Amino acid sequence: MAEFLMPTLGADMTDGTLVQWKKKEGDRITKGEIIAEVDTEKAAIDVESHFTGIIERLITRPGDKIPVGTVMAIIREEGRPTTSIVSPRTVTTPPAPPPPVHRTESGTAVPSQIGRFRMSPAARKLAAERGIDASTLQGTGPEGAITLDDIERATTATADIVKSVDPADRQARMRHTIAAAMARSKREIPHYYLSTTIDMGRAITWLKDSNEQRPVTERLLYGVLLIKAVALALRRVPELNALWKDDEARRRERIHIGTAISLRQGGLVAPALHDADRLSLSELMQNFQDLVKRARAGSLRSSELSDPTITVTSLGEQGVETVFGVIYPPQVALVGFGKVVERPWVAGGVVVPRPVLMASLSADHRVTDGHRGGLFLAEIDRLLQEPQSL
Amino acid sequence: MTKITYREAVRAGLREALRRDPRVFLMGEDVGKYGGTYACSKGFLDEFGPERIRDTPLSESTFVGAGIGAALGGMRPIVEVMTVNFSLLALDQVLNNAATLRHMSGGQFNVPLIVRMATGAGRQVAAQHSHSLEGWYAHIPGITVLTPATVTDARGMLLSALQEPDPVFIFEHAYLYSMEGELEESQPAVDISRAAVRRSGKDVSLITFGGSLWKALAAATQLAQEGIEAEVLDLRVLRPLDIGTILTSARKTHRAVVIDEAWRAGSFAAEVSAQIMEGAFYDLDAPVARVCSEEVPIPYPKHLEEAALPQPDKIVKAARTLLG
Repeated sequence: MAEFLMPTLGADMTDGTLVQWKKKEGDRITKGEIIAEVDTEKAAIDVESHFTGIIERLITRPGDKIPVGTVMAIIREEGRPTTSIVSPRTVTTPPAPPPPVHRTESGTAVPSQIGRFRMSPAARKLAAERGIDASTLQGTGPEGAITLDDIERATTATADIVKSVDPADRQARMRHTIAAAMARSKREIPHYYLSTTIDMGRAITWLKDSNEQRPVTERLLYGVLLIKAVALALRRVPELNALWKDDEARRRERIHIGTAISLRQGGLVAPALHDADRLSLSELMQNFQDLVKRARAGSLRSSELSDPTITVTSLGEQGVETVFGVIYPPQVALVGFGKVVERPWVAGGVVVPRPVLMASLSADHRVTDGHRGGLFLAEIDRLLQEPQSL
Repeated sequence: MTKITYREAVRAGLREALRRDPRVFLMGEDVGKYGGTYACSKGFLDEFGPERIRDTPLSESTFVGAGIGAALGGMRPIVEVMTVNFSLLALDQVLNNAATLRHMSGGQFNVPLIVRMATGAGRQVAAQHSHSLEGWYAHIPGITVLTPATVTDARGMLLSALQEPDPVFIFEHAYLYSMEGELEESQPAVDISRAAVRRSGKDVSLITFGGSLWKALAAATQLAQEGIEAEVLDLRVLRPLDIGTILTSARKTHRAVVIDEAWRAGSFAAEVSAQIMEGAFYDLDAPVARVCSEEVPIPYPKHLEEAALPQPDKIVKAARTLLG
């Protein structure tokens, strides 16, 4: 028996509001599948299940605002018996034999299939019209079927939840969350800052050549080269790919790069590009574009918000040359990139114009020292001089 | 408005028909001297004479066939068959002649015949007098099938049927003959193409005809006490079926119970149910339900007969089930 809890979808998130269940009792769910939509200070997030099994009970009701860590649902993990408290069925009681099939007064001779999703045609039509996901509703019709009334109620409930979170309110709350996280970071994390200027000439030439061979829709932005370089450099300096918990740094095996994305209405999110070190540039590009789109549409997944092991922020588009970033706790490092600018550059004793970029590292001095931080930036530089290796 | 019995209403319709049109005549078992098994032609022999009120031998095939011949010959015969149970002896005449001649003659001949008969149970007259087979007749193209449930329809449908160029079968529910009702005198002839909404409601449609109408109305009253507003539809005409009115109601209430005193399997209720599925599936909020008779010959003992037939409490139960 596993408990599905209100997850933390970012530092300083204290509570969340269940918008709707994406599954209903009796449904099977696999690890990583979306179980619920939760409204946080930042956005409405699709939350994934950490368990595979059958949903035994949905405890939280849509619209409820509950603290992080509250049990929201009970999931019966596959192969494990259910408890008698939750359901009268236990392993010691064999399931009742199916009722004998013969003519009955109602004419319903076939025993109903267990777990079959029941929804009246009229309800199905209305749900489609209103964009209601009925699979999470509890039916009140004959044999538990979802009826028109159920859709009507769900429409009202969803409207209420959405109404309660008006954009201005959400923006204010997001500002509040960012404020809390950043204040905590500056209060608790002894930052140190390093920066280095990187010659982007080779990388940009390689990118240009590479893009010429790609269809327009698959062309790469140099930003993904930077992300890939950071991801690969972390393999060399794994101390920076860590989370600070209970007064110690815990290294993370997998490299999930939090990518800072500013939102049009203000504020920002930094959802994870999962396993960025293992993805090809094309895959990274695709995932990155998808992430930006969904971040702005407000449809990020819970894991994307809770998984990042380091953050990368690029402010080149804004004309910024150097970034002095504030670490997003519980991460222990943040990499900043400025814009690519043409500068006089000495190569082989000759001054030449080169496109260069300022890369900076903000790191937690409790975890690493300048020496390791310097190695890390140097590794990023080295990787960007061999763009084909990315 | 006058209060009269269903029997008196049938009699009034017949008398008016006989008075209006000299081509109209009545024949059947015991319609003359005895005044009709259900006393629908009481006094007619004296009033209209033996030429127009004709007692026949106990041979349904013969006198229905004679009626067809008379209709072909330009008369307007009204044939009374004692009950639908006995009418099976005349089915060959009905199907192979009455319903088919216009088609077989390429439109040269039509059969303006009226056949009236009693149908239904509830009077403890045992299996061979109690079945409801109007649904069988409604299967036949080429005829009109009417099921008057009110006194106004009992009188008026006959008069409208006489205007039809093709055979019309009128099924009078035997249990209703003694029922009293308000006769709308202003319009002797009534429409025979449309179903009627006998009670308006928004939660569930109770669709029925004939004797079951009153059970459905009783069920609707009971449901109203529970806050369920049932709409009651009286089909009135089984063929050609007024599917438009049925679908309008089903689309409005999203739920339908079809009540039919016939046996469930292959019943007219099955046809109505199928047509609702075909025409209003996406408006349904629950499967269409049926309340029909048990699949047994209608029993003689009172308690068994009652148990075998649709009853208001069964209708209430079916409606409640649809509402979850």
